[in-house]
Amino acid sequence: MMPFTPLHAWKDQLDSGAVSAADVARLYLDRIGAYNDRLNAFVHLDAAHVLDQAAASDSHRAKHGPRPLEGLPIAIKDIFCTQDGPTQCCSPILKGFHAPYDAHVITLLKQAGAVLVGKTNMDEFAMGSSNETSMFGPARNPWDEACTPGGSSGGSASAVAAALAPAALGTDTGGSIRQPAALTGIVGMKPTYGRVSRRGIVAFASSLDQAGPMTACVRDAAMLAAAISGHDPMDATSVAGAPAVDWLAACDRRDMKGLRIGRPREYFVDGMHPGVRAAIDAALAECEKLGATIVDISLPHTEYAVAAYYVIAPSEASANLARYDGVRFGHRSENPADLFDLYTRSRDEGFGAEVKRRILTGTFALSSGYYDAYYRKAQQVRTLIRQDFLTAFETVDVIATPTSPVPAFRLGEKTDDPLTMYLSDIFTIALNLAGLPGLSQPCGFADDLPVGLQWIAPAWREDALLSAAAAFEAATDWHAKRPEGWA
Amino acid sequence: MSWETVIGLEVHVQVNTRSKAFCGCATDFGAEPNSQTCPVCLGMPGQLPVLNKEAVDKTVLTGLAIDATINLESRFDRKNYFYPDLPKGYQISQFAIPVVERGHLDIPTPDGEKRIGITRIHMEEDAGKSLHEGLDGVSHIDLNRSGVPLMEIVSEPDMRSADEAVAYLKQLHQLVRFLGVSDADMEKGQFRCDANVSVRRAGEPFGTRVELKNLNSFRFIKQAIEYEAARQVECIEDGGEIVQETRLFDSAKGESRPMRSKEEAHDYRYFPDPDLPPLRLSQSEVEAIRDGMPELPGQMRRRFEDEYGLSPYDADVLSTTRELAGYYEALVGAHASDPKRCANWLANELLGRLKERGIDISESVVTPQLLAGLLDRIADNTVSGKLAKDVLDAMLDSGRDADAVIDEKGMRQVTDTGAIDAVIREVMAANEAQVAEYRAGKDRLLGFFVGQVMKASRGKANPELVNARLRELLKA
Repeated sequence: MMPFTPLHAWKDQLDSGAVSAADVARLYLDRIGAYNDRLNAFVHLDAAHVLDQAAASDSHRAKHGPRPLEGLPIAIKDIFCTQDGPTQCCSPILKGFHAPYDAHVITLLKQAGAVLVGKTNMDEFAMGSSNETSMFGPARNPWDEACTPGGSSGGSASAVAAALAPAALGTDTGGSIRQPAALTGIVGMKPTYGRVSRRGIVAFASSLDQAGPMTACVRDAAMLAAAISGHDPMDATSVAGAPAVDWLAACDRRDMKGLRIGRPREYFVDGMHPGVRAAIDAALAECEKLGATIVDISLPHTEYAVAAYYVIAPSEASANLARYDGVRFGHRSENPADLFDLYTRSRDEGFGAEVKRRILTGTFALSSGYYDAYYRKAQQVRTLIRQDFLTAFETVDVIATPTSPVPAFRLGEKTDDPLTMYLSDIFTIALNLAGLPGLSQPCGFADDLPVGLQWIAPAWREDALLSAAAAFEAATDWHAKRPEGWA
Repeated sequence: MSWETVIGLEVHVQVNTRSKAFCGCATDFGAEPNSQTCPVCLGMPGQLPVLNKEAVDKTVLTGLAIDATINLESRFDRKNYFYPDLPKGYQISQFAIPVVERGHLDIPTPDGEKRIGITRIHMEEDAGKSLHEGLDGVSHIDLNRSGVPLMEIVSEPDMRSADEAVAYLKQLHQLVRFLGVSDADMEKGQFRCDANVSVRRAGEPFGTRVELKNLNSFRFIKQAIEYEAARQVECIEDGGEIVQETRLFDSAKGESRPMRSKEEAHDYRYFPDPDLPPLRLSQSEVEAIRDGMPELPGQMRRRFEDEYGLSPYDADVLSTTRELAGYYEALVGAHASDPKRCANWLANELLGRLKERGIDISESVVTPQLLAGLLDRIADNTVSGKLAKDVLDAMLDSGRDADAVIDEKGMRQVTDTGAIDAVIREVMAANEAQVAEYRAGKDRLLGFFVGQVMKASRGKANPELVNARLRELLKA
């Protein structure tokens, strides 16, 4: 058995009877045992429980035949509530928290026959771009252990890139799936806002959060997205009657004939790593060879996206994180003198510096007298950004950009400078604000580190993302490059 | 110049839905603490609100009943503050765009009807309850009420006395109960009132207002407003200035004390709740709700006067609650010959007896059909009106019908002339002196004889027959 086997290939082997779910589970458990100390990708793992699920899957297959993800191991970001094991969001304030419920997407994965593997590392409450705000310390990039795998879904990215799991679930609020996917050379997709239920996913910024797949190839992303998508009546922001996508058929595309690819000039900026720029230019040239037309477009309000995001996301977070007050669950300070002391010390002890920074920012932005200048203004910017994309999609089918302006950076390099850290999401944030789907796939290297190509499509057109990415993947072999030393 | 009190009221009305505003938990009062909770109303990580349609419909119905504008698009906002019985650290409310705006309610005053403007009705969720007493210094939290739907009904500052404020509240209380949108039981906290009170000399602009909290009965509201108005007048007349603040009314002491000043007021940092899309209603949905509107108290009062010939007073009493009005209409249905007799017996006899027994009309063992049976026996002279009251007592005690009670107690009215004549002769024989005086012209002794005969017949003799036969037999 080969560890660097994509999900769809495992499915073929399992369905043909060549391997059992128990075999596959044991393979990855062994790899986690061997490599996790170095990568710190998993922050919780109950091996016995993984083997139990695999055995149950094998027996389900024997009795009833396979379900769509029968026996396939999927690693889960620590932000998804699961009845099994802790859900801690890598935050001291949720240390030891066990949810009495599964997130809706976890239920869907279980119903599809998947074997859920552990909890993966992440920035605390998904606030970060390097996985360095985790209470468990950062996950590491298998391409260079001194580098970040990106964030916030750094553990999921690291796990998939080093084949500690064939696929993982992440969440993306401002790029938290796509940026780590780019920095670790894997595929990551953020679906259209409202495509995937948010119920049971610890909320960071409710109007931006969306769960999605992190996989070794485009087809795997489609398989996983198909399993977790769909209307959830218990999430009022999950859209009923959303246009359906034929996820797997979209991946059969092998050319780009007639495809109009928008190339927004605002995404090719000074200060971009030249290697990233070269890789993207080469990728777009490849797309032209496949039959696409590259159209220069403008998304004029792009430069305001980061600022708007860092008002809106912290504002929502300041309210979403108010429930961690030491009263009902999570960390409570010892011997509080009174109620105020209970609140302030529990939260002071329970939240890390970046989370506190964002709570304070959001609280300030929503304060009486500042609301109009910050929150309302940011929402207006958001409308303009959405409008930019709508206008662009009148002339192009998809948009292609770099996912990140730089390849993986060294751990500790940006931790002292939050603003520089925030700018690592400069290319990913706008489409969260617009609610659009986006996908990052490997497209080359810069300084021997992977570079990600980001595709952006109109709302509900994940099929357009997948088709473009599948055609690119079939014509290149970037996705097949593996980091060395993890055999 | 005389002082004028200016009052605006904010009333929190619990909407009587089966489940909570944003989750499926039950809303029953008095359940075991925290037994009616789930991850959503406990504010657990990742849990999301889903709006209860019934709560929306009932709020819209209330808006239509006060002739208000229904906003076809309204929004939910988060009201942020920390308190242990507020699990999410914010309350879901409607701040910028409420579902109902600009209505009014007409209230009775000594000078006739007065129109009170209603600024808005917005939907929100209730918090839980903190229990501090009798727990050895430890506070407990009951989250059964967390997430129960409320309507906050905000009036214009249109009331000018505590009596007007009470009249408005009573009118509103009656309305929501009539509409069936709230049980509005004040003792259960289902109808809670805060008052904004200021004073001014007539013709001057509004004074600085003070918010009074914790007004949980009509009596306390009147007391609290009158106390506050007097306090403000005294303060100003002593050369002081009113400070904008929130005061808590202590019903035991009959006075209020400061709770927080304007500076200490919370900054709730309202912003649109990203978990809930805007609430959109179609005009046809609103019209469907309007079609389901029950008859309102005022309409019913007028109909009772016109259709049944009731006095304004009786019509008012019988339209106090939907249950009572329903009882009355069922009674008239079963005893159609005399709607006024129905009104008298219900309003004056049955209600008083039920009140003494502490029983609600809806739980009366004497159903409209049973009471109609008694009224039938009065109408056909089987019992006198006087004895019928005893029959009613017995019916309430036993739950049996009028005929059974009348037969058992031998209360059937005597209408047999021969039997009455026999009694009259006995009475005449025993009172020869009075017979002589009567015959000598002392007519007013007739009453004496009637009394004696009724007494001898133990009340069963038909009084009109007794009268007629006495006149006849005393003549001789």
